[in-house]
Amino acid sequence: MRAPQPRHLSDRDAAPAVAVAPLPPVAGAAPVAGRARRSWIGVARPLSRRRHGTLTLLSFLIPLGLWAAVSYLPFLWHPLVEVTNPGDVAWMEPGMRVPRAAFAEEVAAAQGAGGAGPEGRPANPVYLPAPHEVAVALWTALTAPPPQRDAIWLPASLWHSIQIIFWGFTISSLVGVPLGVLCGAQASIARLTEPVIEFVRYLPAPAFGALMVAILGIYDGPKIAIIVIGTFFQQVLVIANTTRRVDPLLVEAALTMGSRNLRLIRRVIVPAVLPQIYRDQRILLGWAWTYLIVAELIGTSSGITFFITQQARYQHFDNVYAAILVIGLVGIATDIALALLGRRLFPYARAEA
Amino acid sequence: MSGAPITLPIEACDYRTQCEPVRARFERLKAREVALRVEGLGKVFRNADGVETVALRGIDLVTHRREFLCVVGPSGCGKSTFVRILAGLETKSSGTVSVGGVPVSGPGADRGMVFQGYTLFPWLTVKRNVAFGLEENGEARHVAEREALQWLALIGLERFADAYPHQLSGGMKQRVAIARALAMRPRILLMDEPFSALDAQSRARMQAYLIEIWRKIDITIVFITHDLDEAVYLADRILVLKAHPGEVEELIEVPVPRPRHPGQMQTPEFHATRARLDALIHPGEAEADGPADLGGLDMVTRMASVGDEVE
Repeated sequence: MRAPQPRHLSDRDAAPAVAVAPLPPVAGAAPVAGRARRSWIGVARPLSRRRHGTLTLLSFLIPLGLWAAVSYLPFLWHPLVEVTNPGDVAWMEPGMRVPRAAFAEEVAAAQGAGGAGPEGRPANPVYLPAPHEVAVALWTALTAPPPQRDAIWLPASLWHSIQIIFWGFTISSLVGVPLGVLCGAQASIARLTEPVIEFVRYLPAPAFGALMVAILGIYDGPKIAIIVIGTFFQQVLVIANTTRRVDPLLVEAALTMGSRNLRLIRRVIVPAVLPQIYRDQRILLGWAWTYLIVAELIGTSSGITFFITQQARYQHFDNVYAAILVIGLVGIATDIALALLGRRLFPYARAEA
Repeated sequence: MSGAPITLPIEACDYRTQCEPVRARFERLKAREVALRVEGLGKVFRNADGVETVALRGIDLVTHRREFLCVVGPSGCGKSTFVRILAGLETKSSGTVSVGGVPVSGPGADRGMVFQGYTLFPWLTVKRNVAFGLEENGEARHVAEREALQWLALIGLERFADAYPHQLSGGMKQRVAIARALAMRPRILLMDEPFSALDAQSRARMQAYLIEIWRKIDITIVFITHDLDEAVYLADRILVLKAHPGEVEELIEVPVPRPRHPGQMQTPEFHATRARLDALIHPGEAEADGPADLGGLDMVTRMASVGDEVE
């Protein structure tokens, strides 16, 4: 602490120092302020409405654009040649796809022999149809009955798949959610159940396929069972962890007001974590879909998987892509619908639902 | 009674030599029946490595019906643990706690609690939050809600009966939390730093509200705070705890007359009590001789130009 000095004295002392530019605190160090840089990473903030919409659209349009580019620009990839006119080459037929090198060889050979060379245009393998072909196939598959007699209609197979998912997920949730909540709310119950569930969830659900067929027959039973096995064990653990994150102050407040045991769970713990449980269920439903394909191959194959495998066997890859797209569309539509419903159900937890 | 002797203003009323009206007030208070009795209360925490920490030791305390008791102390003195034991949310290691003569074991409806954080149930409307305790104790929903409305009227928030907690300001949330605790008609209202999350203006308003509520309702209040002015302003008596281990340092009878109003903060009684609390809780700073103690600040190296002074 310096003793205060008379004003005129300190003013005179200060005069020469003011003329000198302020020095950096450490000799040789550049002032930190000169190095200001923009950071792309920071605390996540909501995007503007316009940017949000544009980026969402782009996230679909960019992959679609790449697909279209590879399909429609002849100089991109196109490793094959689709024969339009076989000319004199005996083994070629119109519509046949041959490797570019083999085609060039035949053209050269035909020119050397003086015959008519084959004609063709660059093509992609049959397993990569162009976007418009898939779009047409999707429309046809949804509106018109299939041309083959033994084939099933896409909407019918899809409806069958949705039913399998619905029952599998419902049965799993009816047991898994209450058990998970109980584990999350009571440490002893959690210790008694979670270790074994932790073990079982590493057993791959499809491995139970043959067993389930033996027990439940060859129709829908084992398929539903596979989805239940695939979902249930994860579900208990996920819901238990979510329940454990309940704000302890809310539980204590309820305890001081006389809530006890099951009533405490029903009136405080479950409502407190319900938005998060709802969000978990949406994620778990996505997992259930991933088990669908395996489940439907068990026993008699059925549903959308049967449609896909059958169309792949006929080399109708446009139909295969159409069916895969339909699964994606149904999935995302369900998720969006559930998200909107969640916002209505839990207006107090906007960020969660 | 530790702490250095401090110079008190020469007034008729300091905190030890009480003048006649103050003594009469405390005699009236102590003549009322005992609301809360704490004897030899101790709490030992044991961490995962088996290391024991004594949080509270040998706490004795008697409060009487309709007393306003504040608990203060340095950080780490266990005042939160103390009130949580009273609420039954924490187990005690030794001693007894009884409310109205009945020993406390676990949380109960005879003790309401208001927490530091906001603990209203976000999925319930304000009205149903207040009705919650009543419903838990067996009242029908429509009866509980009718009673809740009366409590909301008491705290002046009946307009917000159908609002959700996230639509309220911090001060309003704590008012609802107080109403929710009071609705169960507890004997004792325990408050764990309930206003510390609020800004200064809301806090002053909430203190006035709380005194008003306390005057009108038959309730004993145990109020934890780290704000010493708040303690002096609100309390009949102030329990001062000391840290490591948490023991009773002193039980101060606040001589500031009732009814209380913010203007009393400038009175000598208020200053004397506040000075005594400061001496108890921050003994080092009170003993140190002001600027001499700041000598240590010279260790900060000068990094600005000479002559470029700010003071």
